[in-house]
This record gives sequence, C-alpha cells and structure tokens, in this order.
Amino acid sequence: MSGVLVVMEHQDRSGSPSPSRISLEALAAGQHLAKELGIDCSAAVLGEGIGSLAEQLSGKALTKVFAVEHTLLTQYTADGYVHALQQLIRKTTPGYVLFPHTYQVRDFAPALATRFQQVLISDVIAIHASSGGAPILVRQLFQGKLNADYRPITTQQAPCFLSIQAGSFRSDSLQNSATPAPIEPFAVDLAPAQIRTTPSAPFRESANTVDLAAAPIIVSVGRGIREQENIALVKTLADALGAELAASRPICDAGWLPMERQVGSSGQTVSPKLYLAVGISGAIQHLVGMKGSKTIIAINKDENAPIFEVADYGVAGDLFEIVPALTKAILAAKG
Amino acid sequence: MKIIVAIKQVPERDAQIIVAPDGKGVDDRDLAYTINEPDAYALEEALQLKEKNGGEVIALCAGPDRVASTLREALAKGADRAIHVNAGDLAQRDTLALAQLLADAIRPESPDLILTGLQSDDLGLGQTGVVLAELLGMPHATLIMHVEATSSGLRVKRELEDGWFQHLDMPLPALLTIQSGGNKLRYATLMGIKKAKSKPTATITASPATVPPTIELTRVYLPEKQKRTQMLTGTPAEIAVQLVEKLQSEVRVL
Ligand SMILES: Cc1cc2nc3c(=O)[nH]c(=O)nc-3n(C[C@H](O)[C@H](O)[C@H](O)COP(=O)(O)OP(=O)(O)OC[C@H]3O[C@@H](n4cnc5c(N)ncnc54)[C@H](O)[C@@H]3O)c2cc1C
Repeated sequence: MSGVLVVMEHQDRSGSPSPSRISLEALAAGQHLAKELGIDCSAAVLGEGIGSLAEQLSGKALTKVFAVEHTLLTQYTADGYVHALQQLIRKTTPGYVLFPHTYQVRDFAPALATRFQQVLISDVIAIHASSGGAPILVRQLFQGKLNADYRPITTQQAPCFLSIQAGSFRSDSLQNSATPAPIEPFAVDLAPAQIRTTPSAPFRESANTVDLAAAPIIVSVGRGIREQENIALVKTLADALGAELAASRPICDAGWLPMERQVGSSGQTVSPKLYLAVGISGAIQHLVGMKGSKTIIAINKDENAPIFEVADYGVAGDLFEIVPALTKAILAAKG
Repeated sequence: MKIIVAIKQVPERDAQIIVAPDGKGVDDRDLAYTINEPDAYALEEALQLKEKNGGEVIALCAGPDRVASTLREALAKGADRAIHVNAGDLAQRDTLALAQLLADAIRPESPDLILTGLQSDDLGLGQTGVVLAELLGMPHATLIMHVEATSSGLRVKRELEDGWFQHLDMPLPALLTIQSGGNKLRYATLMGIKKAKSKPTATITASPATVPPTIELTRVYLPEKQKRTQMLTGTPAEIAVQLVEKLQSEVRVL
C-alpha cells in the first residue's frame, strides 16, 4: 500500500471531455497529501474514448495517469464505477484514494470503500501532516457550525478513502511537470449483467425564466424567514434595491419560491456585485453557489453562523428588525 | 410493497451546539432531538408510496433510549410499525459498523424497498444508505426526488448538480437515499398520535462492535475565521444607516 490515487471526474461539453474544476482541486489535494507523506501521486480517468482526457492530465506532476476504459463506463453507473475502481485499486494498491466530493462520488464511493472494509471520509476541507504518520483530515459537522479532525486508522491491507470539498484546494496550485506522466491503459472486466441500474440522459426541468447569474444585485432569503407570508418583507427590500430575489434550498423545497430562484450546488451559481443573505446559515451547498460574489452582506441572528465566514459585512441580529429598517433607509437614500 | 425507512435522530436545528469538555464531540446534556430532516422526506416518500401501491412502512432507527420518541413520531405520521436497534455507543462505531447493525435488523424482514435520507444534519457523512445497500447486495440510487413503481421495479428521479436531473430504472429490492423537496412533509394528526400508541415497536439490542473503527474523531472545535467580516452594530436604524453608507460608497449599488 503506497501512493495517492486521485479519481477524476470530467465534463463533456461539445464532445471533448475535460477534467471538472472540482476534480482538479482534488488533484491538488492529492499532490499536497503525497508531498506531506513523501509518496507519489497518480490520477485515474474513467469512461470510453478518454485518451485526450488522460493526455490533458499527463502534463501535471504525476507518477502515472490510468486510463480506465470500457464501453460500460461511457455513462456513469454506481455499479460500473465500483467494479472498475475495485479492480484498479486491487491492482495498483494505493495507500490513499481521493475523490472530489460531487453528487456522483456520493453515489458510489461509500460502496467502493465498503468493498475494502473501509469508511469514506467525506467532504474533507483540509489535510494536515501529523507526527503519527497518518494525516489529520478536517471536515465540517452540523452544516459548517463546527470543524472536526479525523485520523484514519490505516492498515496495510486497504487504502484510506477520502473526498475533497469544492473550493478547499486551489486548482491553480497544481504542480506541472516538464516530462509528461506516462499514460497507462487499464482494462477492466465488466459485464452488462453487473450493472443493475439503467440511467437515462440528464435533463433540466424547464427553461429558467429568471437568470440570476446576470443579476448585478441579489437579495437572498433563507429559513430564518420562518413563514411564507414573511417573504414579502424581503421582496420589498429587493425591490427597493432593484435586486433579484433568490433563496436557499429549504425555501424552494417548501414551494415558497420557485426552484429557479435557488442558489447553490443544486441550483444556480451567481457572482453579483452584491449578495445580501437574509436568514441563511451558510451551509457549503449554499456557499458554493454564491461565494464568488463581489460583496457579501449577511444578516443572521446567530453570530457564529458559517455565512459570516464569507461575508464582507455582517449584522448579527433579528432580520425582522433589520430588514424593514434597511428598506426604509434605502428608500430614503434614493429620495 | 414492504418499505423500511431508516431514520436518524439528530439535535434540533436551532440547538445551541457546544463542544464537549473533552473536545471530542458535542455537549449533549441540554440538547433536544428530532428526526433528521432528509429522513423525514424519506419517510414521507415511503408513506406516499404505500398510499399509492399498498403495503407496509416500517420505521427503523439505531440509537440510545431517547430515539424512541422519533420512532413514535414516525408511527404517528403513518408508519405501521417500528424497529429500534438499541445502542448507546454509536459514537464509537463508524458508518460501516452502524450500517452493519441496520443490515442485521433488516435482513429478516426481506423488504422490497429501503429508503433513507441522503445525509444527516449532524455528521453529514452522507454514506449510511449506500453502505447499507452494498452490505445487503442491493442496487441503490442517491439524491432521489421522486419514486414511481413500474412493472419491472422502480423509476426514480435523481438530482444532479446545477439544476439537472436524471431518471433511472432499477429492479427491486433496492435502496434509495432521498433528497429534500420532492414532497411536502405531513404533520402527525391527533388521530395518528393516538393510533401510534397501539402500533408495535420491536427493540433489538445491538450486538457489540466486532471490528475496530477505521477512523477516529480526534478533535471538535469552532472553525477559525478565514475572512475578516466587518460586523455592524447598533440599533436596527443605526445599522441600516451604516449599511446604506456601505452600499453607496463601497459597494456602489445605490
Ligand atoms: C446534496 C445537497 C444539495 C444541496 N443543495 C443546496 C442548494 O443548492 N442550495 C442551498 O441553499 N442549499 C442546498 N442544500 C441544503 C443545505 O445543506 C442547507 O440545508 C441549506 O442551505 C440551509 O438553508 P438555510 O440557510 O436557509 O436554513 P438553515 O440552515 O436552517 O438556516 C437558517 C438561518 O437563519 C437564521 N435565523 C433564524 N431566525 C432568524 C432571525 N429572526 N433573524 C436572522 N436570522 C435568523 C439562523 O440563525 C440560521 O443560521 C443541499 C444539501 C445537500 C445535501
């Protein structure tokens, strides 16, 4: 057992696959971990016709790039990925297997780890070296309210599996190499009968009629608003600012605002000039959708709410007092 | 359709979370508990499937004595019976060991479908369902928004990133982890609460952990601030004036 293996994900826009940004971040995490431990780092890509994808990675400082090709890996299935990666890991015996923490990884990596009698350490935000040999892996608890340090209890028989949270490592810190890393094709044994689910092509529910991504000012409301009737309060503020109204997931789940106004990992990604978050706690799935905003203002009654991690200006107070006062002051300022 | 819903009891959403004196967990002395929200959606999906297709809904929860209240709530909402895997040492068991406890309780029931929430609001590891499916040798799908019974099994709607979705067909028995928002959650009715009193709960004592955990939680702490947030203070009116000033001179949107 040695070395780090990073399992990449790719997107396939206009027929030419390229590694997703979050995979490149996971790759940066892999290089960091390998350096800390003084071991080597390789990457794996899965699919069919992924030669160019493997080539894109071979310029990075990696020991090897494994190209895991099979027709049955063309479209993602949990069964296909678990079987293929189980074979690759058995053969190459890495000490650490890293993934980007994506919806796809959530779907198969826990099952893969189970095959090795291991537990995936999911959604890791930082990796520190420790004197004991095993690294300290940091992840969030209670939707970002607390951090926790985990230590893998490594055995010589199985690798440690971990997934890396979006935005925790920088893809621009990736080390390149002048000599390309060798690409190693890896043949997997996979039969159609081993794949028990039949996926259909991805689709979008309906064409978005609001383009939040284009809005220069966004006022976004979260569960702190308590009741549907109270949304009007925040809508009035948005109108005063000439802003689009957006929301966190629970507001859209409840049907208080349409899903097309949801910001976050399963909604829209926005980077307006101003993002004003009202009664939003700042869970990572929300933050990934808005932390690129130029200025962030947060109003939340909990001074420890994770939203204040990303806010430029914060108000620790009751939105039911602050929002009406702010609306009034804005209208007064506009004359 | 015989459906088992695996639910977890977690601290209430607005609970004041305080690090325990030993720094290895949270102080649970004054915590109030409730059903993990994604699990509430899993229960709702199960109840609606039963209403459409007939069958039975069994609520399953592992944990100490206190989780009985969460199982009672599930019964009051419409589950037919409950299974409590009584274990006071869950903090010492990792996801694999916990899933093994659940798998042992599920096997004798031979359900057609197992539902659970996609992750817990406290630990957020998001794996119990998938590990459970693997242990039981069942196909699974995660982040499910909608479930429909078909002649050959199930057709489910899975959430992908950035507002995309995907349909999946799969045979039964199967396990699904449910994402929030697919349904509207019901409340327990007075009648439901009354009926729950006569519904059976089987209690199984958890067998001791046989394998050592594969991960160890060594420290829990408040996150260090990455960014300097300028906090504005004063009366609401004073704060409003300061904010307007920022909007005019710095953010330049007014
Ligand atoms: C796979 C997955 C995908 C997800 N996708 C998304 C997504 O796309 N977008 C998204 O937003 N979430 C998403 N989530 C959910 C996310 O994890 C959080 O649960 C959600 O963002 C929380 O929304 P919230 O902040 O509005 O609610 P809460 O976390 O309940 O926070 C409410 C906040 O309001 C504050 N508050 C309460 N009362 C007041 C008051 N009177 N005045 C001021 N403040 C008050 C509280 O202090 C609290 O911080 C996803 C989760 C998963 C697992």
